[in-house]
Parts: sequence; C-alpha cells; structure tokens
Amino acid sequence: MREIKALDIKNAVKALFISLNCEIGDDITEKLSNALEIEESETAKAVLSQLLKNNEIARKEQIPLCQDTGMAILFVEYGDKLIVDGDFNEAVNQGVREAYTDGYLRKSVVDDPVFDRKNTNDNTPAVIHTKIVPGETLKITAGAKGFGSENMSKIKMLSPSASVEGVKDFVLETVRTAGPNPCPPIVVGVGIGGTFEQSAQLAKKATFRSVDSKNDDERYASLESELLDEINKMGIGPAGLGGKTTALKVNIEYAPTHIASIPVAVNICCHACRHKSIEL
Amino acid sequence: MSIKLTLPLKKEDIKCLRAGDSVELSGTLYTARDAAHKRFYDMVKNGENLPINVENETIYYVGPAPAKEGAVIGPCGPTSSYRMDKYTPMLLDMGLSAMIGKGERSDEVIEAIKRNGAVYFAAIGGAAALISKSVVKDEAVCFEDLGTESVHKYTVKDFPCIVAIDSLGNDVYKR
Repeated sequence: MREIKALDIKNAVKALFISLNCEIGDDITEKLSNALEIEESETAKAVLSQLLKNNEIARKEQIPLCQDTGMAILFVEYGDKLIVDGDFNEAVNQGVREAYTDGYLRKSVVDDPVFDRKNTNDNTPAVIHTKIVPGETLKITAGAKGFGSENMSKIKMLSPSASVEGVKDFVLETVRTAGPNPCPPIVVGVGIGGTFEQSAQLAKKATFRSVDSKNDDERYASLESELLDEINKMGIGPAGLGGKTTALKVNIEYAPTHIASIPVAVNICCHACRHKSIEL
Repeated sequence: MSIKLTLPLKKEDIKCLRAGDSVELSGTLYTARDAAHKRFYDMVKNGENLPINVENETIYYVGPAPAKEGAVIGPCGPTSSYRMDKYTPMLLDMGLSAMIGKGERSDEVIEAIKRNGAVYFAAIGGAAALISKSVVKDEAVCFEDLGTESVHKYTVKDFPCIVAIDSLGNDVYKR
C-alpha cells in the first residue's frame, strides 16, 4: 500500500483549477488558429482573432479567460493500493475552495437549485466522479464547466431501431437548437450507451478528451468526423455570427447498453474547453 | 470599420444601426443578470420604484470574475441573454434603450425592441479577459448581497460589440 497526503491532493487540485482557468490547452489554440485560416467572413475572422488574443492576455496576466469559471468537475482514477491520510472528498473540495478564493475565480455555485439559490461563496461542492482502478496511482482530471454551454446540453433515450441515423439526428438537432448560445466554436461531447446517467457522464468525459484525439474504435472515430463536418455546414460560426467553424471537434465515448435502448447524451462545451490532468 | 458610439445612446444613433454592424461603445452602462433582473421585475410588479432609472440606459448582462489587486475589474464577458427574456419587455417599455449580451432573444423581446426603438448588442462570449480591458471604471450601485450578480455601473471605452438586433427587428442570428 502507498500512503498519500490529503494536503498534497488539496494543493494539486488548487493548482489545477487556477491553471486551467487561466491557460487554455494548446490543442484548442491550434484549432482556433486553423479556423482563422479557413474562415472567409470578416466577422468570423474578427471573432476568432479576439478569442486568440483573449486567451493570450489570460495566460500572460494569469487571469481567467472567461468570467464563468464554471462548476468544478473532477474525474478521479483512484488506485486500489492507495491510502489517503484524511478525507479525500474534503481535500478535493478544500482545493477547489482555495483555488476559487485565492485565484480570483468567480464563485458560481448556489446551495439549492430551486428555492434559496444562495451562493456558497467558495464554488463548492465540486462534482467528483471517482473510479477505483488497479495500482497505487491517483490520477485527477479536472475541468471548469461554464453553464452557457451546459444549459444547451440534452439527453434522449432512443430505440435500437433508430440506429446510427437516430444518433446523428439527435446530435445535430441539439447543436442546431443551441445555435449561438453555447459560445461557438464548441466542443461536442457525445455519450452513447450505458444507462440514462452513464451516457451523461460519458458525454462529459468526452468533452474532457483532447480535441486532437479520436475514438479508438474506427467506426466511432468516423462518426466523430462525419458529425463534425455536418455541424460545420450549419453556418452558425464563431460567436454564432456566421461562418464555417461551429465546432472544433466532436468526441464520442460509448459503453455497452441494454437490448431495449440507445441512450444518447450530448454535452456541449464552449471554445473555453478547460481541463487538465495530474498524476500523484 | 467599427462605428464609434457614446453611451447612453441617443435615439437617432440607434435608428442608424443595422444588424451586423461592428460598434465600439464608450460611456456608462449598468450591469445586471439573472438575479438582479428577477428583483427588478418583482419590484415593478409590487409597485415599487427601481433603484436605478433605466430610461435611455444600457444594461450589460455580466457577472464578472473578481478583480486582482490594482485591476479595475476582473474578466467580464457577456452571459447568455435569453435567460433575461422574461423580464426584458417590461424594462424596454420603461425606457431601457440598449442591452449587451450574447445569443438569441425571444419574439416578445424583438417586438419590444421594435416598439421602443431600442437595440440589442452582442459582445463576444468567452472573450472576458480582453473585454475587461475596455472597462475603465467600476462602481457598485445596488443589490450588493448578490455578489457577482449585483448591479454595477461601468464606464467603458471602445467596448467592441456587434449589433445583433436593430430597432427594426432585424436579427443577426436569423440570417
């Protein structure tokens, strides 16, 4: 067994959230730069230039690139030969608390969704998805999710007879309905299969994958590129003001499902697709 | 080329704007988003006076991140405007002349924009660090308990926006 300090987890989580909110990944920067090359409309070019400039300012001045510094989401792979010398969930939440307070990040969480809607003032609680894996390593993938795009996400339980066409239609309809609202160019995370909640979790996980990656299964990889082409034909464009770049990438994650269903979840992420990983 | 405009806007300036025009706004505006709009709405419904006079003013839908020491303001990009749609026709009928946000508006809002000769601007969503450079002064106004959702008065200089819905109801998102 390997012991890991709760303090080290807290510090790692704090550093991750400050850094990912101020520094966009190189994969996104490259896609935005490529989009600038292919856009023809002056407005689309102007928007993309402003986004690239914005991200440079944020990185240089170490300020958040978007004011919506999101809800804190963590995918944790927890080695089964690992012992924490304290409360794991509390260490993570304390890391989030300190990041959002000391890092000048916006606190955007309310304590109950319907009645009081009182701000918790420290952006906790974080959403923590933990998976026990073999080994003695702790891998944390952290992300900040803005709700302009989260609000545009959808889930649907399709019949098996809907087949791949039904999946495509639902993804495209979701992106078309979202239009300019989720701050395009977007990253589209699609979760297919599993149960109702598992598909949603897969869709979120898909948005945490690099926009350089593709699904390991060739069939899903080609579905990713086919959907991306279709989405970019919609003409929604950067900031929804028209253009060729509505999405930077479609990432699909899938899981085995029931004989009676094809669950499909579409989680839309804005161009500020912020996530980072660390291994402890 | 961008059209340079001074806030609060004059009615004749608004009339000349067309959906798709690039503008740079300088002058003063108020900030308000979901929670402040709900309060405005409830106050008017209860027959109370609003803490600000919205006549001829501009409201920017924003909830900024905190400012670092020495900075005027933290990152402050626009939030999605459709969530304010329920409250907006009332404010427009009270004389509000311009709004800044991002994304589509409801048919009711578009009708109210036309009825009142108002305008809706879109700022670039997710360009918050860049937009913060356009804010030269930030003053707290009311609803301080709402934190990032409280109402502030910003003085802006050359704040880049696009005319999203003009006073005739032309909508850049419906092209």
